[in-house]
Amino acid sequence: MTSTAFRAPTTTARPSWSAALRRQARRVAEAAVTPLEVDDVLDVFHPLRRGAPLRGRITAVRPETDDAATIEIKPGADWAGHVPGQYLRIGIDVDGVRHWRAYSLTHGPRRDGLISITVKAVPDGKVSDFLVHRATAGTMVHLEQAAGEFVLPETVVGQPTKLLFVTAGSGITPVIGMLRNLFPATDTGVLRLRRSDDLDIVVVHVAPTEPSSIFRDDLVALDEAGAIRLVARYDDTHGVLDVADLDELVPDLAERRTFACGPSGLLDALEVHHREAGVDLFVEQFRTARVAPGEGGAVTFEQGGTVVEADGATPILDAAEEAGVLMPSGCRMGICMGCVLPLKEGSVRDLRNGEVTTAVPGETDPRGVLVQTCVSAAAGACAIDH
Amino acid sequence: MTAITRKPENPIAHLSDADIEEIGARLDAIRQEVVDTRGADDAAYIRKVIDVQRKLELGSRAVLLASVFPPAWVLGTLGLSVAKILDNMEIGHNIMHGQWDWMRDPKIHSSTWEWDNATPSDAWKHSHNEVHHTYTNIVGKDNDLGYGIMRVDEDQRWVPMYLAQPLWNFINACFFEYGIAAYDLELGKNLRTPKHKRSEVFKANVKGTLGKIRKQATKDYVVHPVLSIPTGSFVPTLAANATANLVRNLWTHSVIMCGHFPEGVETFEKKEIPEKETRGQWYVRQMLGSANISGSKAMHLMTGNLSHQIEHHLFPDLPSNRYAEVSVKVKAIFDEYGLNYHEASLPAQVYSAWHKVVRLSLPNGWMATTNAKNLPSQLKLLYGMTTKGPKVRRAAQARLQQQARKLATAA
Repeated sequence: MTSTAFRAPTTTARPSWSAALRRQARRVAEAAVTPLEVDDVLDVFHPLRRGAPLRGRITAVRPETDDAATIEIKPGADWAGHVPGQYLRIGIDVDGVRHWRAYSLTHGPRRDGLISITVKAVPDGKVSDFLVHRATAGTMVHLEQAAGEFVLPETVVGQPTKLLFVTAGSGITPVIGMLRNLFPATDTGVLRLRRSDDLDIVVVHVAPTEPSSIFRDDLVALDEAGAIRLVARYDDTHGVLDVADLDELVPDLAERRTFACGPSGLLDALEVHHREAGVDLFVEQFRTARVAPGEGGAVTFEQGGTVVEADGATPILDAAEEAGVLMPSGCRMGICMGCVLPLKEGSVRDLRNGEVTTAVPGETDPRGVLVQTCVSAAAGACAIDH
Repeated sequence: MTAITRKPENPIAHLSDADIEEIGARLDAIRQEVVDTRGADDAAYIRKVIDVQRKLELGSRAVLLASVFPPAWVLGTLGLSVAKILDNMEIGHNIMHGQWDWMRDPKIHSSTWEWDNATPSDAWKHSHNEVHHTYTNIVGKDNDLGYGIMRVDEDQRWVPMYLAQPLWNFINACFFEYGIAAYDLELGKNLRTPKHKRSEVFKANVKGTLGKIRKQATKDYVVHPVLSIPTGSFVPTLAANATANLVRNLWTHSVIMCGHFPEGVETFEKKEIPEKETRGQWYVRQMLGSANISGSKAMHLMTGNLSHQIEHHLFPDLPSNRYAEVSVKVKAIFDEYGLNYHEASLPAQVYSAWHKVVRLSLPNGWMATTNAKNLPSQLKLLYGMTTKGPKVRRAAQARLQQQARKLATAA
C-alpha cells in the first residue's frame, strides 16, 4: 500500500513516484527473466504470496467418517474470503494429472485464516478418494475465489426467522458452514451468539446410515445445545425419505424458508412439493441426472486446431481431455461454470435435459454461444473457440 | 549414406510385411504400457528438473553480478551454460513435444511453453514436430537432413560449393539457435521468393521471431550486463552470457547431429515411401533413421534424453524420463528382427557425424581413393573439379567412383 491510497479524490490520475518506480522495476525484472514471467520465478520461492495465481497449501486432513474428511487449507494471500454456504473450485494433482472440482466451504471465515472443505469419497471418485485417503499436509493445491449463491440472505441474521434445511449425504457441507458460522463450537460447547438468538432452525438430514453421516456429531451437538432441531433420517432405519412426510416431520414447514442441498431426485421432489404448498425454496444441486444420449460428432478446437471425435454420451470436456487438449474445468456437474467455452458453430446437447444448443455463424453471437463443456456432448460436428 | 532403397544390401530386405506389422504392434504395446503407468512420479520428475533449472539459472546469474572476479565468472558461466542446456533439451524440447501434456498443468504444457532460444516455440513446434518427426530422414522432405544447406547424401550431385560445408556446419553449430530460427522460418526458400510474393504468414512469423530474438538479446546482452555495472562487471557478464549461449549452441548442435547424422544411419527416398505408410512401416523408418548416444544418467539428462533418439523417434510424446526403461525393450526387438541398433558414445557419434560432413563435402569416392602417397595428385584432381566446369567434373567423378569400386572389391 502506497501513497496512492491517500491520494486526494480531486487530483486525477497523478501516478505516484513509487508506483512508477515499481512499474519500471517490474519491467526490468520481466526483461531479465524472459521467456519466463516474473511470477514463474517468484513461484519457485513463495507460491502463496500476494499477486500470485491463487493457490493453497493443505495444512491438515481430518477424518470425519470412514469415507469423508475435512481438508484444511492455508490459502494464498489474495484469498478474498467467503460467505458460509459458498463453494470453492480446487485444482489438485492426482497421479500427476491436474483435476478441478468444486467443494463447499464447511466453516465460516476462520480466525486462523484457514479455509476448510469437507469431502466424501464417492465410488470411482478420483479426486474425492485422493483428498480423503491420500492427501497429506503440505500438498499444494490450486484455488479459485469462493463462489455460489447458496447463502443465507443478510436479512436473516439478527431477525426472528424460521428456517428449514433439507440436506442429503454430502449436501450437508454448505449447510454446516452456515451453522458453524451462526453457532461456533468451542471446547466448552456450542456458543450462542446474540446475532443468532432469534433464529429458529430445523435441519432434516438424510443419510444412508448413521455412521456414514458426515457431521453427525456436530449436528447432534447443535441439537443438544438447542441451536437447531435435528431430524435425522437414515435410509437403513427410517426408509428412504418421502418428501410428503416433511409436513409431518416439520409441522410448521409453511412458515419456514427452506434451503435444500442434495442429489437431483430429492431436489426435484422438493420443488414440486414446495410449489404446491406455495413455500420459498432455495436449492443447491450436487449431482446431476442425465438423459439418453444422442448422436456424437467431431469437435474442432479452433485455436489449437485439434479435432476430437466425441460420442453423444461423453461430455466434450472429457473427450477433449482424453485427446490431450488443455481444458478449463471445475465441478464437472454443470454448476460452477468453470468449463464454459464459446461454441462457434454446430450443436451440442445438454446431457442433463437433452436440450440442444446451436451456434450458426452469422446468426448467433459472433463471439460464440457459451456452453458448459462438462455437461454438453457433441450433437453432430461442432467447433469451439479454444 | 545412400537412401536405403538404393543400397546393394537393403537392411530390411529380410523383413516380411507381416514382420513389419508385428514390430509395429509390439512397439504400440510398449508405448501403451508407459501411457498406462504415467503418474505422480513422472510429474514429480519434470517439476524437479524445472525447479533445479530455475534455481541454477537464478543462482548463476546472481554470481555473474560480480563476474569481474574470475572465479565468479567461471562458476556463473558454467552454471548458466548448464541451465540453458537444461532449458532447451530436457525441459523445452520435451514439453513442446507434448510429453507432459497429460498432466493438464497449464504451466507445463506444449501449447503454453516458451524456451530460452531465438526461435519462438510455435515456429519450432511446426518445423520440428510436424515436419521432421513425420518425414524423418526422407531426403528432400525432412529439412533436418542438412538444414537445406548441406550435402547429406551421395545421391545429391556434388558441386564445388559443398567444399565449404564443414565450415558452414561449424558456423551453424556456433550460432545454432539462430540457424534453427532461420530454418523454422524456411528463410532460404522465402528469401528466394520475390518480396511482394512472400506470404503474410511468413511476414508474421518473421516479426514473431525478430521479437523473440530482441527479447533474448536484451536479456543476455543488456539487462544482466547493466545489472552487473555496480561491481564493474558489465563486460565480463556480457562475455559470460555470450559464452553460455555459445556452449549451449555447440552442445545442442552436437547432440542433434548425433541423432540422425552418424555414418550408418539410414535415409529414405521420397518415392519409396508408400502413399499410405502403415504404422509398422513408419516405426521401422524411425528405427533405422535414428542413432543413440550411450552414457551416464547425467549425459542422458543433458541431452534431454535425445541420447535415446531411437526411442524418442518411436514415441515422441512419451515422458523423457521413461526412455531409458523403454530402450531395453526396444533393443530386444531390434535384436530379434536382426536390425542394427545404432548406439555409440558421444565422442564416437560426433566424430562419425563430422566425418560424414567432411566426406560428403568432397566428391563421391574422393576420400576412399586418397592416401598419403597420392595426395598431391588427388588434390590436383579436386582443384580441377572445382575450377574447370561441369564437363571435367563429371568425367573425374566417373573415374573416382570406378576407382573406389575397384578398391572396395579388392578389399
